[in-house]
Amino acid sequence: MMETWIDFVVARYNYWIVIVLMMLGLYTVFARGNLVKKIVGLNIFQTSVFIFYITMGKIAGGTAPIYIGGELDHGGGHGGDDHGEGGHGAGHGDAGHGAVGNDNGGHDAGADAHEASSAGADHAKIENTFDANDLKSATNAFEAHDAEDLKAAAGSLHNAPDNLPADIGKSANTTLADAAKEALKTPGFKPEGEAAVHGGANGAEAVAEAAAYHSEVIYTNPLPHVLILTAIVVGVAGTAVGLALAVRIREAYGTIEEDELEAMDNVAEFGDKAAEAAGSAGA
Amino acid sequence: MNFAEQLPVLPIITPLLLAPITLLLPKGRAPHLYATFVSWLTFAACAYLLAAVAQSEAGFFSYHLGAWAPPLGIEYRVDIANALILLLISGIAAVVFPFAYRSVQLEIDERQSPYFYGAMLVCLTGLLGVTITGDAFNVFVFLEISSLATYALVAMGARRDRRALTAAFNYLIMGTIGATFFVIGVGLLYQATGTLNMADLHDRLTGQSNRVVDAGFAFILVGIGLKLAMFPMHLWLPGAYAYAPSAVSAFLAATATKMAVYVLIRFIYTVFGFDFEFLGAAFVWVLLPLGLAGMFVASIVAVFQEDVKRMLAYSSVGQIGYMLLGLSFGTVEGVAASLVHMFNHGLMKGALFMAVACVVLRAGSHSIKAFAGLSRRMPFTAWAFILSGLSLIGVPLTVGFVSKWYLLQAAFEAGYWHVGFLIVLSSLIALLYIGRIVEVMVLRDPPEDGQYAIPNKDAPLEMLIPMWVLVAANIYFGLNTELTGGLATRAAEALTFTAGMGQ
Repeated sequence: MMETWIDFVVARYNYWIVIVLMMLGLYTVFARGNLVKKIVGLNIFQTSVFIFYITMGKIAGGTAPIYIGGELDHGGGHGGDDHGEGGHGAGHGDAGHGAVGNDNGGHDAGADAHEASSAGADHAKIENTFDANDLKSATNAFEAHDAEDLKAAAGSLHNAPDNLPADIGKSANTTLADAAKEALKTPGFKPEGEAAVHGGANGAEAVAEAAAYHSEVIYTNPLPHVLILTAIVVGVAGTAVGLALAVRIREAYGTIEEDELEAMDNVAEFGDKAAEAAGSAGA
Repeated sequence: MNFAEQLPVLPIITPLLLAPITLLLPKGRAPHLYATFVSWLTFAACAYLLAAVAQSEAGFFSYHLGAWAPPLGIEYRVDIANALILLLISGIAAVVFPFAYRSVQLEIDERQSPYFYGAMLVCLTGLLGVTITGDAFNVFVFLEISSLATYALVAMGARRDRRALTAAFNYLIMGTIGATFFVIGVGLLYQATGTLNMADLHDRLTGQSNRVVDAGFAFILVGIGLKLAMFPMHLWLPGAYAYAPSAVSAFLAATATKMAVYVLIRFIYTVFGFDFEFLGAAFVWVLLPLGLAGMFVASIVAVFQEDVKRMLAYSSVGQIGYMLLGLSFGTVEGVAASLVHMFNHGLMKGALFMAVACVVLRAGSHSIKAFAGLSRRMPFTAWAFILSGLSLIGVPLTVGFVSKWYLLQAAFEAGYWHVGFLIVLSSLIALLYIGRIVEVMVLRDPPEDGQYAIPNKDAPLEMLIPMWVLVAANIYFGLNTELTGGLATRAAEALTFTAGMGQ
């Protein structure tokens, strides 16, 4: 019992970091009287959110979402993005990197991926050990798309064998990848971001593309990284404005200790000439 | 690439792209005229958008930014609900911008005026962006664009009163915490669904009920609650509105909190608009009691304020209580009442704060003492204040009455007759704090000497005209409820239809 409990805690160490940093930051914001320390606390608080988002996008065994090799020059929407799009789901299933790790527990999705590939090509395995977080709708989406997209894939990937025996998963994997590349080279295939990413009309091509991708590399989900880059920019801007205000407060009041500021504000009767003079002197 | 296709993006890119040019203009009149022109362009785009949406068959426009189709691309989704809020925000901007010049000239260092108008335009961009976008993370980005501009604008009040700086700092701390909570909530929802598009989130969340989704909802509720000054998270608001430059107070009081209430409605009814157990609990145990508490506590605090701007700010917190109340009923009528009150409260608070700005221009103060005998010294300003004050109380023939009428109707239809009684009771408190100012303005004699003895001179015409446009809107929309009431009901039907609870 004790061991499972420790496992539970250790396996989610990144979440503990997030929670500890979050509480630490919030506590600093409220407990500290110094305005600059408040800003520092705010930054710690925001950093915890950055780590939270990065945790969300991380896939064990996945590499940074930077495109490696191959003839495609467009990316997006791969890796751990459990969108359950037609192209996606089928792509995972076909190429064998079946584990879509919504990496909540920090488990090894990479290892699962190879097992899934040898187990056959018809199901994308969704790993999710975060309790109470059942990705039921996502799973449903995958399953709903799998059947028809596999047919579409079979049509497109003409070299692919009809049934993949369990024991030749690895070689079938390579065959499929080659087939996918073949399909990409055929005239009429337009490797445009929109068509490829959104499946939809060109489901088969999207499958082929996804297969080609996933036969080579597992990427971590790039989207949370992009989001958090935006949030970092926003956070830096907020910090800059906050520190600028602290400087102005220091100029106007001569202190940045909250207690003293409050006392001075309370003393200052509105319309008081002295207070106004001090205010405009600061300006 | 024709004009109609690109229409939904115009309200955003017009102020966003044109704002930096303000900084290149020479000090003085130029930045003001330019910003006014931009705000009118934006208003025209928003008005055209509302007309187009109201007539369109689908009932909404979907604009794909950069032609990246949703759910992966960012989508601007305009339906009647947010087109109405867009019209309100850009309309208030189109009235406050021409109004601002004299007030800003007095209250802000002239060297800062290009920055001031630039920040106002950026703030406008953020407010409109939050309203128009259909992407949950995009909401955060625009929220922070508008907030960062707002912190700077509030701090510019420091020339008159240095307390503007501490108020802006408090606002920054609370605003950033609120926005970060919102991001945590959006992150949790992303973790549960893998999407950020609001309509897609709705589809994928439907039927899910687990701790991740519950926690995501709670974080979003608290985060937006901080931004919209939901009682008891309102403490940043009175300071910020009281010490900001008067024109900024008028603009923010009429728009910023409305935008946040809209975001809350959008999340509750579009994203979580399914049979979400947690939501029912949030209605009954959070939104309804906090709305009621805000209505009473903030209104009672408002009665005892010596500073008129601070009084109006507390009154805003109370009025937000009505909006929360409306949406907590969970019915079409309730949401419609909430939307109507958002629109109407924007009109009345805008006019009231503009009247205070006129008093500040002449008397140099927004203390209640400066209002003594105002109906004789500045009759047009005083009557603008009285008429919009009556509207705030909810006197018939004004928009305030329309709001209260919809709200009461919604309360009775939802079976909350005791809440209906409390709505009427809290209106009486509004009568107290507005009546107190009116009494000072009409019945007291103007001071003969001392600080507030000022010449009998009304505000300049360039301030009176925009102010009276808003006062006229207060009366007009009180008589003709076609635009607000009719559209708000349609908007609420559209919102709750997604929710599948409109029937």
